[in-house]
Amino acid sequence: MKVWLRHVMASGELFIWGCGAGLSLSLLMIGGLLVLILINGFGYFWPADLVELTLKDDKHVIGQLAGEDLSPKGDRRIRMKIGNRDLYGLDFRWINSEQIVEQGRPVDLVMVERREWGNFYGRLQTLVKEDQVVAEGADAVWKALPPLLRSAESHEGESPYFVLAVDANGKEKSLALSQVIRVIRPNDLSTLEKVWVYAGNVWTVLTTEPREANTEGGIFPAIFGTVMMVMIMSFIVTPFGVIGALYLREYARQGVIVRTVRIAVNNLAGVPSIVFGVFGLGFFVYGVGGTLDALWFPERLPTPTFGTGGILWASLTLALLTVPVVIVATEEGLSAVPREYREGSIGLGATKWETMWKVVLPTALPGILTGLILAMARAAGEVAPLMLTGVVKLAPAMPIDGTWPFLHLDRKFMHLGFHIYDVGFQSPNVEAAKPMVYVTTLVLILVVVTLNLTGIVLRNRMRRKYAGSTV
Amino acid sequence: MLDQQYEVLPRVPPSAPPTSLQKVKSMESRDSKASPQPSMHANPKLRVQGFNFFYGPVQALFKIDLEIPEHQVTAFIGPSGCGKSTLLRCINRLNDLIEGARHEGNILLDDVDIFNPLIDITNLRKRVGMVFQKSNPFPKSIHENVAYGPRLQGLKNRTVLEEIVEQSLRGAGLWEEVKDRLHKSALGLSGGQQQRLCIARALAVKPDVLLMDEPCSALDPIATGVIEELLFSLKKELTVVIVTHNMQQAARVSDQTAFMYLGQLVEFGRTKQLFTNPTKKQTEDYITGRFG
Repeated sequence: MKVWLRHVMASGELFIWGCGAGLSLSLLMIGGLLVLILINGFGYFWPADLVELTLKDDKHVIGQLAGEDLSPKGDRRIRMKIGNRDLYGLDFRWINSEQIVEQGRPVDLVMVERREWGNFYGRLQTLVKEDQVVAEGADAVWKALPPLLRSAESHEGESPYFVLAVDANGKEKSLALSQVIRVIRPNDLSTLEKVWVYAGNVWTVLTTEPREANTEGGIFPAIFGTVMMVMIMSFIVTPFGVIGALYLREYARQGVIVRTVRIAVNNLAGVPSIVFGVFGLGFFVYGVGGTLDALWFPERLPTPTFGTGGILWASLTLALLTVPVVIVATEEGLSAVPREYREGSIGLGATKWETMWKVVLPTALPGILTGLILAMARAAGEVAPLMLTGVVKLAPAMPIDGTWPFLHLDRKFMHLGFHIYDVGFQSPNVEAAKPMVYVTTLVLILVVVTLNLTGIVLRNRMRRKYAGSTV
Repeated sequence: MLDQQYEVLPRVPPSAPPTSLQKVKSMESRDSKASPQPSMHANPKLRVQGFNFFYGPVQALFKIDLEIPEHQVTAFIGPSGCGKSTLLRCINRLNDLIEGARHEGNILLDDVDIFNPLIDITNLRKRVGMVFQKSNPFPKSIHENVAYGPRLQGLKNRTVLEEIVEQSLRGAGLWEEVKDRLHKSALGLSGGQQQRLCIARALAVKPDVLLMDEPCSALDPIATGVIEELLFSLKKELTVVIVTHNMQQAARVSDQTAFMYLGQLVEFGRTKQLFTNPTKKQTEDYITGRFG
């Protein structure tokens, strides 16, 4: 027995199993998180069926099923998204299963997507144009609507038409056509049509601006702001990081001071990001920005131009936050360049600088790119410092547009990470905004993955160019 | 600009031997030098005089005196750590890169002290090429590797560059093997080819002296044979100094051999004589394999 135990301990098998278990656990947790985000994020776009319930008290409920669980008392209950916020005040409702008498999916139920008050669920009744009835009855109105909606869209929402609709219990609601974005009958859609609607939804979210305190509509400005901020940050952080690392590794006299600097740089990576935010606010926004305002835009004061948060200051702050990552990775890359390359170059009559520029840096480029990839991933997910240096919940204009000078680095911007916080925790209707949070999270992850993949592809192409390189 | 400097020639270090202006200038531009006839025992190309070398507190070379004749192959042999590589690397001042390294004495190239502060060190290294123990082609294309040196000198004309690349690769006996893939990565070549590429790269800057630090130690016998073959043609054009562990190789390829031991130059003479009739007991012990 003891021999057996000693054998197991000596072979390290237990340890290997422990390592495997640890790895599996981490993978499982990451996978679970991703699956949760993927299911909820992609599920948001699917046009779910509308269900009409008849209750014991002869009341009707129309809505989308949104889950099922046990109430605190132990009864089975279902959760419905009933919409019609203007009529009921709430988007969701719990219904005990035992109260339900009948459950159906009538074809004539419509989902009306509106500019305000969220979705309307119910039935179409009458189409009215300036007190004149144009169409009567659910089917007639349904047929008359599409061309009118298209023209309303092209006329910037000005439309003389009104739709009279009724909710589950016959309560009438008059909907101005200018407030209606679209009307669909989810129960009448074939799977193919649903896929089409799904694709349309995805497109809408990715390309349009948000509505209703960000809880509806698209997130395009946030995607754009995130990507642009990361790009600007990369442009700033790469030269600084590379120059810093080059000096530290190649030129500085190795000793106590350099070692201290290196430790300080590494520790900089561990400083809480909000501290960088405070620094960015104090130094970039108020210090640099305030000075620029005093020098260049004194006529606009006290309204600040650069002396307030903006995408440039946010990018600079994040560059500061990520520069240790680039420095460390570049130093690693530089130290991995074989001494033979340097000696070979110097032996051919190159100066040290020529050697650095023509041989060492190109060879270390994959390492530098690795650092940049890590920096981008970190920067794209950072929110706290941005809240102090330029992110807003709704930016009136994009950092790039058609007015001169086209690139407006002083403008405030939207950011996916902040969007998650704002929609999920600061909006008036948190429950209804939950799908939007998942969608935003999903998009943020996709943006980070895309940025990283771009960097990785670039790096691999570079490595392949020098196939056989060990660096 | 250089001429101006020399007109107000500042002091030459007291240790340096009398150095004429013309000779310092000839360091700068090869072309001004009268082309010497390849003669066997004529003026020595390199002269090492009372040379001591230190790595920090450790002395690596002791009072080396040596004259390396032009257009010959000179081999440095000796056991590991005897200082033969150190001496070689002093000839193009690669040891300057090592922190705490210092020297005493002179090394003269064409009678000009290479440690003279007036010497442009990059020019010295262009005139004294080096091939390393581990082949070290840059992670660039074959063409770029060979063109690296000429480009450093500011050569941009593509046709001229291509000509130099072809010449150098032919000089290193590699042209036929790589002419169809000049723009492929140099790291795709075999070990022997890589080493010859390094020779071609060194030849591209048209050096007077080629230093080779155990160039064949990582190669198989066939690749070694090719490079040894190459040495015979190379010495018509330039002076070769080779460090080797392999005594047969030294006997095969060199005209002169220096045997070093523990940082001292034990014996230096014609290869044939040193291997058949050494004057020192230590040399005899080493070449007969009794130690080292």
